Amino acid sequence: MGTQGVNLLYLVTIACFVLALKFLSSPATARRGNQIGAVGMVIAIVATLLKSGVHITWLMVIGAAIGGAFGAVGARRVKMTAMPQMVALFNGVGGGAAALVALAEFHDLAPGHGRIRGDVSVAILLSALIGSISFSGSLVAFAKLQELIKGRPITYPGQKLVNAALFGSCLAAGAVVLSGSEHSWLLWALVGGASVFGVLFVLPIGGSDMPVVISLLNAFTGLAAAATGFELENNVLIVSGMLVGASGTMLTLLMGRAMNRSITNVLFGAFGQVSASAAEASANGASGTVRSATADDVAVMLAYASKVVVVPGYGMAVAQAQHDVRALADILEAKGVEVTYAIHPVAGRMPGHMNVLLAEANVPYPQLKEMDEANAEFGRTDVALVIGANDVVNPDARNNAGSPIYGMPILNVDQSQAIVVLKRSMSPGFAGIENPLFLNPKTVMLFGDAKDSVAKLASGVKSL
Amino acid sequence: MSHTATLVAELTVLVLAIFLGFEVISKVPTMLHTPLMSGTNAIHGIVLVGAMIVAGSVHQDGLIRVIGFVAVVLAAANVVGGFVVTDRMLEMFKKREPPKAE
Repeated sequence: MGTQGVNLLYLVTIACFVLALKFLSSPATARRGNQIGAVGMVIAIVATLLKSGVHITWLMVIGAAIGGAFGAVGARRVKMTAMPQMVALFNGVGGGAAALVALAEFHDLAPGHGRIRGDVSVAILLSALIGSISFSGSLVAFAKLQELIKGRPITYPGQKLVNAALFGSCLAAGAVVLSGSEHSWLLWALVGGASVFGVLFVLPIGGSDMPVVISLLNAFTGLAAAATGFELENNVLIVSGMLVGASGTMLTLLMGRAMNRSITNVLFGAFGQVSASAAEASANGASGTVRSATADDVAVMLAYASKVVVVPGYGMAVAQAQHDVRALADILEAKGVEVTYAIHPVAGRMPGHMNVLLAEANVPYPQLKEMDEANAEFGRTDVALVIGANDVVNPDARNNAGSPIYGMPILNVDQSQAIVVLKRSMSPGFAGIENPLFLNPKTVMLFGDAKDSVAKLASGVKSL
Repeated sequence: MSHTATLVAELTVLVLAIFLGFEVISKVPTMLHTPLMSGTNAIHGIVLVGAMIVAGSVHQDGLIRVIGFVAVVLAAANVVGGFVVTDRMLEMFKKREPPKAE
């Protein structure tokens, strides 16, 4: 097929992708949108096979079959609670592919073809650099979320210096290539250096900052794909890559805003400092008594409430308690209790994490309230049921200027008549920050595994 | 088209895509941010097109063949996995009647 025909098919793909994103504006049409996107992808693949200069080889077919099978099986098998790491993994392999395409292009063009055009060099360098960082960074994010390595931030002295030096050398290698020295090994060195940098860059970020990192890596892979488009003079790559880049950037900024922290602070904030000041804060922290209750006590509170707001956090995801939460809500609703869910934007490990889990448990989406809407309701809430959430309900973010999370918008659960906190133990949360909510006279703690506790509450309410 | 003209056309497309991206994505509700992320994840699997162009090019030595093969494997996993995972998630966001309180 001629170039123009192929480009027209690519244009159809672009239209499909834009429609796919447009349909995501409502839960009712979102699934159809995704299917339109998939059709667009098939069209792009067919167009590429028809493109003159592309020969269908066995290696290509086998490669696509292996990759496709791996993707399909992984995507089918993964549990909804493990979704963040799966998304990180797919994101990483995309970045890796972009970096490899850059390597192959460079190897193909560099020797014997005369000097590579400046703009193509820049595109190759960018997609190699960003793609490699996204690849290794996403793998580290995957390993952290899968708990193959420590989820907490890993820091060591001189970390920033090492990272800066490494990134600087990658840029230097790029500059040498741009100045006309087209040795193949230079780009290999750049890819290697950028991969190590990706690892070091994500290692010190952890826990509740994960949504920012995942969004950012998503944007990176998009940008790498767009740079690949410049490399191959291919519009469909440029547009699709940039759409993803825009989406990832936007989510990153939204997550940062939801934590009231600049992106630089999240990425390079050296969480070590925060932990140190948090330890200090808790050393001279407020004293008070923690009241713990039995499941039966709490069941009575819930059954005789007229409005209960559930505040889910990462703890609910870890305990996979979403189905039990739904069952409890059903029983309460059967007794005439109004149940809604208050979702903090950064609850969980990726943007919108809690919404997906509750949707899996068949919670009707009109019951899921965003932060502002939820905060307007706490004043007339009888019981706020906090399940595995900590920092997003910490009143220190509002009141204590010395707290590391001061200024972060939170869910004001302390405005409800009573607060029940389901927690594994009294151990401080991820950041080691003291939470005065637990000492609030209106608060009772229900210790234990979230799934167990919720199941006990459900049977308790039922027997009343 | 001269190289410069091509480059300018590509840059035009790039800038328009940035604006279009922000425009379309700002309409996505918070509730759907996870599917948005995994959906855009599938879309950047478009790098598969690049991988296929490399893997299917004529004048290639062994090294490019290997790199092209690995790139196709990775990109294909990205595409298929991305769309399937997103579909699974969105399937759960079906429209339902909220249960009636008795």
